Amino acid sequence: MPVLESPTHVLQRFCNGDADAFETLFRQHQGETYRWIFRIVRDPAIAEDITIETFWRIHRAHARFDPARSFAAWARRIASNAALDHLKSAPKDEIELPDDLPQPPSMDPGISQELRQKTAGAFARLPPKLRIAATLALIEEQPYKEIAEALDISVAAVKVRVFRALRLLRKHLKREGIEP
Amino acid sequence: MTLNDMTTKDTNASDRQRTERLLKGALAPSSLLPRATLQRDLWTSMRQRLDERSATPWFDWALIAAVVVWLAMFPRAIPVLLYHL
Repeated sequence: MPVLESPTHVLQRFCNGDADAFETLFRQHQGETYRWIFRIVRDPAIAEDITIETFWRIHRAHARFDPARSFAAWARRIASNAALDHLKSAPKDEIELPDDLPQPPSMDPGISQELRQKTAGAFARLPPKLRIAATLALIEEQPYKEIAEALDISVAAVKVRVFRALRLLRKHLKREGIEP
Repeated sequence: MTLNDMTTKDTNASDRQRTERLLKGALAPSSLLPRATLQRDLWTSMRQRLDERSATPWFDWALIAAVVVWLAMFPRAIPVLLYHL
């Protein structure tokens, strides 16, 4: 469900450093921000931490916010950066995949559990910038325009990142003896 | 574009499609995962974070105290300090 835009006077007060306005915006946007971050990190505890980190960054940057623009889009951009920072700092050997990965609705019966695990593992080893673009575009099926705005890049750049992610994923899988 | 280039392009496109299909088959959309939506109000945690960060750390106070002691011991340094500020 899309978040309704906050009234201009609340945004203006937030911009001036009003603590109550910040609380109002936090309560209004925390759910949507969490969902966006969860799409990227896919872990509830980490998504909660990054939501707090996102709003901490928002709080610090209040004076730079333009009340004429969308708060939700601004928050999503900051959230994407915070999630990217998390993915960059997480050691690759710490990425653990559950044994019982939830099955996608369009599950191909020809894809074995082992193949799914290997694919998910190879995907987790992709560079974070490529992984975020591919996750949002291919797995979450978010509109390219929305992804571009959140990552602060052009739509063409999103397409390039998705293309490179798939090419690199294929290369990793081939190295493991899997021919997609 | 030669016939060979066209064949290579088609192969690459179908490779990509197969890899994409495999990826979609391997990872479910987040909406199917548990706790995809926020289960609790995070305001208390946020409030805590704001309070922690807004409190002046002890080493800031120690630094201020050191500067005050230093200026009390060497008052002639005050104009020099003001000049550099």
